[in-house]
Amino acid sequence: MAERPTLTQWVTDLRAGKVSSCELVRASLARIEASQARLNAFVTVTADEAMAQAEAADRDLAAGRGGPLAGVPIAHKDLFCTAGVRTTCGSRMLENFVAPYDATVVARLRAAGAVMLGKLNMDEFAMGSSNETSHFGPVRNPWNTDRVPGGSSGGSAAAVAAGLVSAATATDTGGSIRQPASFCGVTGIKPTYGRVSRYGMIAFASSLDQGGVIAASAEDCARVLGVMAGFDPRDSTSVDVAVPDYLDALDAPLAGIRIGVLREFFDPGLDARYERCVRDALALFERLGARLREVSLPNIPRSVPAYYVVAPAECSSNLARYDGVRFGHRCREPRDLEDLYKRSRSEGFGAEVKRRIMTGTYVLSAGYYDAYYLKAQRVRRLITADFERAFGAVDLLMGPTTPTTAFALGAKSADPVTMYLNDIYTISANLAGLPAMSVPCGFVEGLPAGLQIIGPHFAEQRLLHAAHRYQLETDWHRRVPERCP
Amino acid sequence: MNATTGAAVTGGHTGVVWETVIGLEIHAQLATRSKIFSGAPTAYGAPPNTQACLVDLGYPGVLPVLNAEAVRMAVRFGLAIGAQIAPLSVFARKNYFYPDLPKGYQISQYELPIVARGTLEIVLEDGTRKRIGVTRAHLEEDAGKSLHEGLGGLTGIDLNRAGTPLLEIVSEPEMRSAREAVAYMKKVHTLVRYLEICDGNMQEGSFRCDANVSVRPLGTEKFGTRTEIKNINSFRYVEKAIQYEVARQIELIESGGTVIQETRLFDPDRGETRSMRSKEEANDYRYFPDPDLLPLALDAPYIESVRAELPELPDAKAARLCREYGLSEYDAGVLTASRELADYYEAVVHAVPQQPKLAANWVMGELAAALNKAGLEIASGPLPAERLAGLLVRIADQTISGKIAKEVFEAMWASGQSADAIIAAKGLQQITDVGAIERAIEEVMARNPDQLAEYRAGKDKLFGFFVGQVMKATQGKANPAQLNAVLKKRLAG
Repeated sequence: MAERPTLTQWVTDLRAGKVSSCELVRASLARIEASQARLNAFVTVTADEAMAQAEAADRDLAAGRGGPLAGVPIAHKDLFCTAGVRTTCGSRMLENFVAPYDATVVARLRAAGAVMLGKLNMDEFAMGSSNETSHFGPVRNPWNTDRVPGGSSGGSAAAVAAGLVSAATATDTGGSIRQPASFCGVTGIKPTYGRVSRYGMIAFASSLDQGGVIAASAEDCARVLGVMAGFDPRDSTSVDVAVPDYLDALDAPLAGIRIGVLREFFDPGLDARYERCVRDALALFERLGARLREVSLPNIPRSVPAYYVVAPAECSSNLARYDGVRFGHRCREPRDLEDLYKRSRSEGFGAEVKRRIMTGTYVLSAGYYDAYYLKAQRVRRLITADFERAFGAVDLLMGPTTPTTAFALGAKSADPVTMYLNDIYTISANLAGLPAMSVPCGFVEGLPAGLQIIGPHFAEQRLLHAAHRYQLETDWHRRVPERCP
Repeated sequence: MNATTGAAVTGGHTGVVWETVIGLEIHAQLATRSKIFSGAPTAYGAPPNTQACLVDLGYPGVLPVLNAEAVRMAVRFGLAIGAQIAPLSVFARKNYFYPDLPKGYQISQYELPIVARGTLEIVLEDGTRKRIGVTRAHLEEDAGKSLHEGLGGLTGIDLNRAGTPLLEIVSEPEMRSAREAVAYMKKVHTLVRYLEICDGNMQEGSFRCDANVSVRPLGTEKFGTRTEIKNINSFRYVEKAIQYEVARQIELIESGGTVIQETRLFDPDRGETRSMRSKEEANDYRYFPDPDLLPLALDAPYIESVRAELPELPDAKAARLCREYGLSEYDAGVLTASRELADYYEAVVHAVPQQPKLAANWVMGELAAALNKAGLEIASGPLPAERLAGLLVRIADQTISGKIAKEVFEAMWASGQSADAIIAAKGLQQITDVGAIERAIEEVMARNPDQLAEYRAGKDKLFGFFVGQVMKATQGKANPAQLNAVLKKRLAG
């Protein structure tokens, strides 16, 4: 199998003058074009702007200037606002929406010299686990195009897996970075809630949404996250905690690290062959000097129902601004105000978004609020307390990212609850606001499996360190799908 | 008693005595430079949609950041009414669709407001005092405005006002007449201006209220069904709207109907309230904590630092004026109605420390009348405190009489000149030279022999005639006390 070029390698080669940004960008654009019909990873490709940025990066590099990612081609999930380039959120509602400003994440990566190749496909408003809810058609899994890439950051994961970009921004509300990363055999990190600014990141569920990165390796993730992370005065929920150098001590030995194996994640729903991959990974950590112990978080089974109250509740309010008045889709010739609202929203939103808006509206309604929303918030506190207890005794928690490898397109789209259960292992980290990763750990019938690593708040460095040490010993993350362009 | 003066109304048909129950929700626009959750300016009167940034427009991806100055102002108000300042308060979203509400929700405070349980004291017409409870005061953002005029049947949206900080001050239902409601509203109005947290401009909507009104048979405890009269922006309208609503409710009940819980609007042209929407049509606002904003935590040192910056408040100031200057409670109340007026008064007293009552009379009398006539505020009048003090100094040292002083005041008002300059130019100095007064008296006596004879024959009333004649001869400048004494002696022969 071919090896995937890594962002770290590109940074080194660009600095050494072995390759120019223009060459990298040109090659990437060619791969994107060749892949688009098969994978549909991109919603918008900004070739001209990318070439101009690459030329500027090459001048900077030649002059010995340029930020830490100078000249490196990347792409953004299409919910990060980009000034002058449309941001669709995978929705008809925002099909022609052009933001007049850059999201903080976009601005920071731009300032670090990264070259944006375009905007990546995603489930509509990040609501979905298969990328099938996108208005722009599903993304397909590069390992098997009959399979979904996962969601909602399916475009980001597929683009990295297929080598179209070396890294992609992504967001994770209930698993939307980790689940597609595991389905596509790439590495993804969802940082601590508040670590990466949400300013300019179009909201799905504000208390759960967190921006992060999908790349080929933990080291690549560390490079990009180091640029994205940090306090932003424009996001009141971002946290003013210093960002460590994530590359620092990545190679240090793991000896003595205490790893908790999450009992509730090894439930009957977990595919036995997938479990084998995860158990093998845990055994490797043990050989690397980690001490393993089983840990139980008794409230974890309540996470999916709690999530599907909190997330729709917030989404029902967050998506109220799409009313056809100031931006976004507006129906033709509205008769009156109510008609404008009803038809603009009915036409602009897809079925899954509507389902969640209706669920969220219901759980916040007078007479139901206490029974649903308040109870879900209590569950959320219990789950957070479970994790806090666990992290009193272990440094990291590990388990599978998903119960199965990538499922077939259409297999779950008829039954929302089956689809929701695919996030059963990932949701709890969002409810507790914890940093979590997915790292490739093997294959089941040619499809990647993912090891999930969860840490205490602001322990991104510890996660990246463990993942990097694992990746020094394994090559799952280096494998590329055969039919990659 | 009747609706205009008292707390209870006797029904026309049944003889039942009705008690009015009123609670007010006052919206005070906080005088911050920028909006409550964005950096856009709050200035009034700019062209539509020029003072709204992406946050105010509710653009995808933007987030609110709380204005610290708005918080400080809310805390100032809370401390001024002896309320509890919540160590932790929470912003909530009030969800409803309306074109001038860009996000589809208003950020407000619901279950945990920043200020809770304060009191304000109002003075009723008969001089008795009454304490009115303030249930809560919370921070929220204003919505934009829908414009219906001059757009050819279309509706325009102006989002300049969207995101303007408001403090909603909610009273207990403890007012028992329209007059009490007005007294309470005026008290809050005075207070927010003292605290410099609201400009109090009611025409521009910076200070407005919703009135919750119900009636019940006097002596019963259960509240009647209330109606809410929305968005009243003058003291007079508050009084009229409540009076109308009380009469309407009583008449409705007495004629066998029932009051329905609803929102009503006051039409000042017709002097009546009319139904806007019923409870059934009311939105389910689906309040929940705003996940974009952390709970607002205020610690004791912060609260104490705000307390340390509080100015002297109206009640304390009035008490001090009574104590230091021997003013009546009434005068002190009038002079402390605004901080500017009180400051003006004290500046005048500073120049004539022996005459605090004289100063009070002039500030509340001539000056207030002139300002009122010109439609000016104390701060924008043509007569600074030192100028008025200059006039009072000349009354006190007997250079001019009180009567002449009124003439000088008018000239000062019109010309902006000092009292001394006007007195000198017009030769208005009082004549205190006994010789000059005696000469004038001699002349008057010589010209009026008949009257003199009648006076001397016992017609005492003619004394006034002689005073008038001498004053006329001296163009009013004779010192009245001296004139009286000398005239009495001379007339006696």
